[in-house]
Amino acid sequence: MSRANDIRYRAIVAGVSMGGVEALRVMFGGLPGDFPLPLLVVHHTGVDPGSELASILDARSAIRVKEADDEEVIRPGTAYLAPANYHLLVEKSGALALSVDPPVNFARPSVDVLFESAATAFGSRLIGVILTGAGSDGSRGLKAVQDKGGVAIVQDPADAEADSMPRGALAVVTADHVLPLKNICGLLCSLAASGAGKTDERR
Amino acid sequence: MNAVDIEDVEIRLLLEAIFRVYGYDFRQYAAASLRRRLTQWLQKSGLRSFSEAQARVLRDREVFSELLEGITVNVSEMFRDPHFFKALREEVVPHLKTFPFIKIWAAGCSAGEEVYSLAVLLCEEGLAGHYRIYATDINERILRQAEEGIYPLEKMQQFTQSYQRTGGKRDFADYYTARYDRAILARDLRNGIVFASHNLAVDAGLGEMQLVLCRNLLIYFTPALKERALSLFDGSLRSGGFLCLGTKETLSGRCIAGAYSEIAPGTRIYRKKYV
Ligand SMILES: C[S@@+](CC[C@H](N)C(=O)[O-])C[C@H]1O[C@@H](n2cnc3c(N)ncnc32)[C@H](O)[C@@H]1O
Repeated sequence: MSRANDIRYRAIVAGVSMGGVEALRVMFGGLPGDFPLPLLVVHHTGVDPGSELASILDARSAIRVKEADDEEVIRPGTAYLAPANYHLLVEKSGALALSVDPPVNFARPSVDVLFESAATAFGSRLIGVILTGAGSDGSRGLKAVQDKGGVAIVQDPADAEADSMPRGALAVVTADHVLPLKNICGLLCSLAASGAGKTDERR
Repeated sequence: MNAVDIEDVEIRLLLEAIFRVYGYDFRQYAAASLRRRLTQWLQKSGLRSFSEAQARVLRDREVFSELLEGITVNVSEMFRDPHFFKALREEVVPHLKTFPFIKIWAAGCSAGEEVYSLAVLLCEEGLAGHYRIYATDINERILRQAEEGIYPLEKMQQFTQSYQRTGGKRDFADYYTARYDRAILARDLRNGIVFASHNLAVDAGLGEMQLVLCRNLLIYFTPALKERALSLFDGSLRSGGFLCLGTKETLSGRCIAGAYSEIAPGTRIYRKKYV
């Protein structure tokens, strides 16, 4: 049986915009290659497709970083970036899905869309992370994660290059953890390890 | 069972009921994005649950039409992914020119943005009068809109930029007339285009085509429905014909993959092999 079935969480979702390249470099860079969870990430690039971003981050991280493909099944130790101009969603089976539905609050990909679909798919077995960024995308999504019993993590606004996304999230969610970027990988590692052996009582 | 699981059951039942009553088959649409759009529709409708909605939808065609609008994603633009249209112009059109008459199927054409883009390109390449485009969609309201070829004027700036990036050399303003806040496409562009309703989930294929476009629709289907649609396209394409998918759609792993080769990696333009 795969390790993913033994641990409490199915995935981590993360949302980031302004300041995101650096934030993702730090977060991915701090995770070991055998990190036991998949990460699904929406990064607003604003400009044109950032398919190079995945390979840049991949080269600097022990985990694998790639652009998400339609129908791809998520795997541990891998980060999937939403492609530019597509929303990223996840099915209960763990297969990724893309859509060209209209932008949500001017954003496509949208953090809210990813977080809400993951909260529906994985319920309490989900960790949501809001990092630096302008705008307020992700607040509704993080609330959905928490409402379904998942863990809500927000980068400390004082530590964020752009604080409005973290502030927006904190305005609607009482986060389980608010901390500076450099401490987030450590927290993710201990969350991923702590739940080992437990199973979700709702499943 | 938790709330999500119960709602999943309600959605399945609703889709089954819609199929039986109206013949529209959404049972094999990818679940996550379908659920998202159904939920948005439900919130707007003022109904409290999908079970409650089912009773209304089955008896009231108006309510069903609204739901259909909610489910079908009529989001498009002219020259979406300019690099694709550039490849079409440079790599595919030369082959099309060898035929006396060209038949093209554009499936999931939405409000016509894509087919008019194609028409612009074909006319610039000297093929005016030598082609027919069968432009199909499941949504009849959007097809009527497509026939008109009228778009918000504010979109023209973006369309013009994309047009230029496809290698278009004319002034894009030649292709439309601005009236108040709308842009009316030139009449000539409509020649040779037939708009018709067609559902890839239930209908049969069309006749012998040299080119099939189906972009940004397969992502909404489950693998089984993708296979169905692709086998329709395959049955409608002659050897040497071209099949074009969206930037994030691929033939890899599909039944018909072996019979096609991508003209260049990442173009999502596939050519049917001669056997
Ligand atoms: C996102 S749009 C893509 C428009 C255009 N091809 C493009 O790439 O810009 C998808 C279209 O497919 C249509 N559609 C959805 N389900 C369909 C089906 N089963 N058969 C045919 N068309 C369908 C929708 O009504 C919508 O207009």
